[in-house]
Amino acid sequence: MARPVETKAFTLEEMGYSLFLALLAVVCVILAGKAWEPQLAFHAAVGAVFAAIGIFLIIKGYNDRSAQPAQMIDGKANYNYGPIKFAAIASVFWGVAGFLVGVYIASELAWPALNLDLPFINFGRLRPLHTSAVIFAFGGNVLLATSFYVVQRTSQARMPGIVTPWFIVLGYNAFIVIAGTGYLLGVTQSKEYAEPEWYADLWLTIVWVIYLLAFLGTLWKRKEPHIYVANWFYLAFIVTVAMLHLGNNMSVPVSIYSIKSVQVFSGVQDAMVQWWYGHNAVGFFLTAAFLGIMYYFVPKRADRPVYSYRLSIIHFWALIFLYIWAGPHHLHYTALPEWASTLGMTFSIMLWMPSWGGMINGLMTLSGAWDKLRTDPVLRMLVVSVAFYGMSTFEGPLMSIKAVNGLSHYTDWTVGHVHSGALGWVGFVSFGALYCLFPWLWNKKSVYSLKLVSWHFWTATIGIVFYICAMWVSGIMQGLMWRAYDKLGFLEYSFIETVAAMHPYYAIRALGGALFLLGSLIMVYNLYMTVAHGEDAEGATAGAPALAPAE
Amino acid sequence: MSLMEKHAIFEKNSIVLLVGILIMVAIGGLVEIVPLFYLKSTIEKVEGMRPYTPLELAGRNIYLREGCYLCHSQMIRPMRDEIERYGHFSLAAESMYDHPFQWGSKRTGPDLARLGNKYSDKWHVEHLINPRAVVPDSVMPGYPFLAKTELATTHLQDVVKTNALVGVPYTADQIANVAADVMAQANPDDKNVGAFLQRYTVTNSKGEKISTPVARDFDGNPAKVTELDAVIAYLQVLGTMVDFKLYDDKANLR
Repeated sequence: MARPVETKAFTLEEMGYSLFLALLAVVCVILAGKAWEPQLAFHAAVGAVFAAIGIFLIIKGYNDRSAQPAQMIDGKANYNYGPIKFAAIASVFWGVAGFLVGVYIASELAWPALNLDLPFINFGRLRPLHTSAVIFAFGGNVLLATSFYVVQRTSQARMPGIVTPWFIVLGYNAFIVIAGTGYLLGVTQSKEYAEPEWYADLWLTIVWVIYLLAFLGTLWKRKEPHIYVANWFYLAFIVTVAMLHLGNNMSVPVSIYSIKSVQVFSGVQDAMVQWWYGHNAVGFFLTAAFLGIMYYFVPKRADRPVYSYRLSIIHFWALIFLYIWAGPHHLHYTALPEWASTLGMTFSIMLWMPSWGGMINGLMTLSGAWDKLRTDPVLRMLVVSVAFYGMSTFEGPLMSIKAVNGLSHYTDWTVGHVHSGALGWVGFVSFGALYCLFPWLWNKKSVYSLKLVSWHFWTATIGIVFYICAMWVSGIMQGLMWRAYDKLGFLEYSFIETVAAMHPYYAIRALGGALFLLGSLIMVYNLYMTVAHGEDAEGATAGAPALAPAE
Repeated sequence: MSLMEKHAIFEKNSIVLLVGILIMVAIGGLVEIVPLFYLKSTIEKVEGMRPYTPLELAGRNIYLREGCYLCHSQMIRPMRDEIERYGHFSLAAESMYDHPFQWGSKRTGPDLARLGNKYSDKWHVEHLINPRAVVPDSVMPGYPFLAKTELATTHLQDVVKTNALVGVPYTADQIANVAADVMAQANPDDKNVGAFLQRYTVTNSKGEKISTPVARDFDGNPAKVTELDAVIAYLQVLGTMVDFKLYDDKANLR
């Protein structure tokens, strides 16, 4: 690598981030000193420490680097893998943590003594910790890792910036730490899946805008004229999540020295905004973005092109247009006006079509390569994830029909539905991507043990089956018990009788979750062994040849 | 096929793609959300709704903090079994001062929209400290720490002010007397009880009283005002403001 010696200088970018972090550290110290509540003092102190570490890392990075990182090495783009490796490891860590908390709160419902009468671990505080840990910490880091990887590889360009990619990854994980510790300490604005308070929301907004710019910046450097289909989905995810985040977190802080804020919207409008957000957190965070993973990793692993280019286009636009409307199906028969609820139901049913279009596009990509399912458990995981996607996107429209929703709403059926999507679709497609990504990033021939992948697959699949079957039975049973009448025309069951009837299913659900957790621990061991003891791939390019752009 | 070729413009230009996405994802939200702010039929006209007293508001914030909404809904649907089990279906007007709303999405425990006045304060004290002491099959966590923790009132006035800022109709008199009203509502012997009750009593156009708050020692511990006082004060007011003997269902058909 005989490159001309460049003069090394502290770039404008490094300077900008250093100044910003220095300013942030000062603000945090002031907040810590004047905070009204100990929670804010703690968070501000954490923020100050993180900002200081950030400055230290920027200066250390400057000292360690020789010059500007090379854009190309030997005629190939010099991809920036460092932040991707961090996000990949973080996703595994948060995944296990999130599954563990999930198993614990599932057990609390079966055996309430586990709440131990303590504030920090009661169900109400741990449940947001579980949902945020699996959605935003595990899922979010998987998305950061895969989107950075996919956008660089399909653009054949290195991400722009020296500090920026690291700032996004570390800044996002700092948000996770602030949000997660906040839940345990009782810091919440009580909006489901958007619980973090105003200061955490503000920080996430900054990180997210930079994420959008870095993603676009990579696209702008692309060598291919066409933007690959996976990137459309990632871009839709980033943009829409920004819109939803801003819309649903409109709140006025009681003071800048207080953790507490008051929502601008109230009652029926707030409910509508919340589920516009809530359903599209599913639609764009957990669906569109993970479809981006599907569109890159399934063809790559199967070594086949995407089944249909036209279907990709229709799938994309129809999905993002229809999804946004589906929110009101969370509010059937409530005080939300009927017209809104009916619109939500109608669009939810229509949404079935693009969802299955996407599933077909993913599954049919295996045309001519179905035999690989027998030999490659990673591909099996990816394909089964798409099958689960198909199942839960059928169940969703079904449950959005008012007559069905009248029974299913407020029951465990909803919880089971979410988990068939979350464990089966999001979980498996993420595991599949991680099993691909770790060997590629660390330049290994393949994952350490395919046999262990198979064990992970079966343990987790059995866990999911236990989970969703238990929830179907308990949900439908409880819904029917609530509306059951005896022959004299009185309600047959008191509420607490329906709670008591749930116990065996709650125990089975906890067992299912434990199996899923066990599977993820097998993955941790396998991925660790891949990085530590895996056989090195030959040559510098571990991944297969770059994909052709969508056309 | 030519249409598909035209799609290349989105694939070759990231800004065009970005704008296309933004337009597509904006439409649904705009159509469903914006009319809720101006259609008059969205929120019924009722008598009796008032802002929460400072003690109730503090209790509500503890309800939020502990994540009660994750297992308890506050939204009774208009179905025969729900109306028989919980009472009149919930009106949009009943949560119009709720920033944020607390309708919930799951009933691991029963709906709480009309919990107020169903059980005694004493029952709530026992139940919150040890749910299984009064309901053996309950899976609810115990909250004994609420009874031990003194209610933080230093900044309660700022919370009330912020609620007023976002549209809750607190009067200047109510905002000025937050500290006194907290103490008065939790202690029936307090000298300010009369003034407090007057401040939060709702009268109709004819001057008749529609709803009145209550001042009681909710947690049965006269020594201090605890978080338990606040939570029970909140639970006891849920669904009690609108008097359904007077409410005209037909006038609000929509």
